[in-house]
Amino acid sequence: MTATFVGMPAFPAAARAALADSQLRRNLTHATHTIRDRRARVVGEVPDWEDLRQAGADLKDATLSRLDEHLVRLEESLTASGAVVHWARDAAEACRIVADVAKAHGAAEVVKVKSMATQEIGLNEALAAEGIAAWETDLAELIVQLGDDLPSHILVPAIHRNRAEIRQIFRERMAAAGRPAPEDLTDDPAELANAARLHLREKFLRAKVGVSGANFAVADTGTLVVVESEGNGRMCLTLPEVLVSVVGIEKVVPTFADLDVFLRLLPRSSTGERMNPYTSMWQGVTPGDGPQEVHVVMLDNGRTRALAARVGRQALRCIRCSACLNVCPVYERVGGHAYGSVYPGPIGAILNPLLRGVGTDDQVDSLPYASTLCGACYEVCPVKIDIPAVLVDLRAQVVDAHRGARLPTPEALAMRAAARTLSDSRRLGRAERLAGRVGGWLPRLASLPGPGRRWTSARDVPEPPAESFRAWWRRTRS
Amino acid sequence: MMDGMRVALMVTCVNDALYPGTGRAVVEVLTRLGVDVDFPDAQTCCGQPMVNTGYLDEAVPVVRTFVSAFEGYDAVVTPSGSCAGSARHQHRLVAERSGDRALGAAVGELGPRVYELSEFLVDVLGVTDVGASFPHRVTYHPTCHSLRLLGVGDRPRRLLEGVRGLTLVDLPAAEECCGFGGTFAMKNADVSVAMGADKARHVRETEAVVLVAGDSSCLTHIGGVLSRERSGVRVMHLAEVLAATDPS
Repeated sequence: MTATFVGMPAFPAAARAALADSQLRRNLTHATHTIRDRRARVVGEVPDWEDLRQAGADLKDATLSRLDEHLVRLEESLTASGAVVHWARDAAEACRIVADVAKAHGAAEVVKVKSMATQEIGLNEALAAEGIAAWETDLAELIVQLGDDLPSHILVPAIHRNRAEIRQIFRERMAAAGRPAPEDLTDDPAELANAARLHLREKFLRAKVGVSGANFAVADTGTLVVVESEGNGRMCLTLPEVLVSVVGIEKVVPTFADLDVFLRLLPRSSTGERMNPYTSMWQGVTPGDGPQEVHVVMLDNGRTRALAARVGRQALRCIRCSACLNVCPVYERVGGHAYGSVYPGPIGAILNPLLRGVGTDDQVDSLPYASTLCGACYEVCPVKIDIPAVLVDLRAQVVDAHRGARLPTPEALAMRAAARTLSDSRRLGRAERLAGRVGGWLPRLASLPGPGRRWTSARDVPEPPAESFRAWWRRTRS
Repeated sequence: MMDGMRVALMVTCVNDALYPGTGRAVVEVLTRLGVDVDFPDAQTCCGQPMVNTGYLDEAVPVVRTFVSAFEGYDAVVTPSGSCAGSARHQHRLVAERSGDRALGAAVGELGPRVYELSEFLVDVLGVTDVGASFPHRVTYHPTCHSLRLLGVGDRPRRLLEGVRGLTLVDLPAAEECCGFGGTFAMKNADVSVAMGADKARHVRETEAVVLVAGDSSCLTHIGGVLSRERSGVRVMHLAEVLAATDPS
């Protein structure tokens, strides 16, 4: 995969381009509504769902508030069970550690379990630069990789593709990556899945090194957990001789019993299933069974920055279920690429600025504004991340980061003027009288000048009334 | 419950400047129900346009004005779920930003006394029949902040069901945002319009002649799209329908 999000335009421009793709909108509407409805159905079956959400949020908050202690405990447990623990400050350090492990075994290729952390650090590109091929084995990730494409959803990274497009990608690209697709491949989902199985099988059997992430890491026991649907993860976690797992430091949970809450919250929120088909758990090395060399790379890459954010730190509760993407009306219309990150949608709109910081990159700074603050995301979040509140807090940080600028933006000037008018009713009353007089001269405003055109390009504007409410009250009541 | 209760109308800046009819309708309905409502002239805006765009410093004097206009009242009624949500949930942030503890205490006391219109009618006055008559086919859009920030639930629907002659038709995908989103409507105008167009399509599917909602800003957006499409559907604030006494 050579495609990257580097150099993506800011959200409004990227969203405009995505909106023009009518096929994309059809694919997205169909897919998001299907998962959304399925989630609502299975969540509705759980009478204590709200208690479960609260328990998930509380567990995560308690863990994050003593993250240092839990991480040290996790390292001890992992080491005791035979795993080698590495600490990576950023993406470059994490990629270097994984590449060094692969090279130490002379591996020219690795097989990968679907993992957001390795996407986040750009591991595939880093390994390719070292001459190591990283094969995605999750069906959707395979579609993205073969299509030289970018993921557009956390759970369903190829959600923007329909099956006709997938058939074409398999027919044209599989041969260059290994076993070709059958000549007579149709767009029947079972046939497409079978073509992927045959293509991947030889990679599973050949690979010496497997790479994964982890959904959870248990501090007490040193257990890593991967939750998946296809069984490709189980293959990557058990067949290779060497396993490297890249794990965000926020994935730690204190005890094995804590998994109880999250393993109930995650599948229902994510795929809309009561239980996911495969849950793999392992503790370091088991002699004679599975990988005999196990590495765990604990990844910061901005997480400690996010942890320091008073309002924003709740984003570290995220268990990557994607419920917020599937319910978001903005995501539904523009898709994931417009967010310019492997983390799209509402969670991406807060996670990217929190991990990377605001005030230095216009693309990142545009993300907190990529929302109407409708609150649908907060309602479905299994760990109760108040995404609208974090968005508003990040907007304030974006504005504050530019307060020192020598040339204030037109928006900043407009807000200052509005604050002046709206903090004194006499000034507001004068402005209203003026607007009433001006409004009276003009016929219906079909097209406003300047930035107002952004409104009138597709929406009529109301005519200002001759008399404000304030003036009416004064005239009739006093 | 109403005895001696001092009730203020917070008309909102949008209604004050653009939709005075909505404010007059609130006065009409409350007067009909025996509430002696006052309009404190010092009021301006709740500050939400600044807060939601990230301009917290700019919101501080606006919130101060809000507090001094309304703090003497037992209840503040507003025909806007969004502005009620702003007063109840966001003024705290602005007060924290100001570093002024007295302001923090004042917004903490005032916030819970701010009611969105349907909350005030159903919860405080205990009525769902306000004596209105509006013999038309109507559909209702629950605005996001009234639905998810305030949790007004089915109160507006119950009030509409109490209006004589009114036929209430379900709006498909009713709970989906219309795409207004304050400055989102300008910053991400294309996405905003795409969402508004889908909302307008659902409104047309109901074959209603009037779209009702409890927030004038959302109605400006949806109504702007419906008007541009020459759909023939009117938009009305909930208060205007509740004030109506059209002969059937």
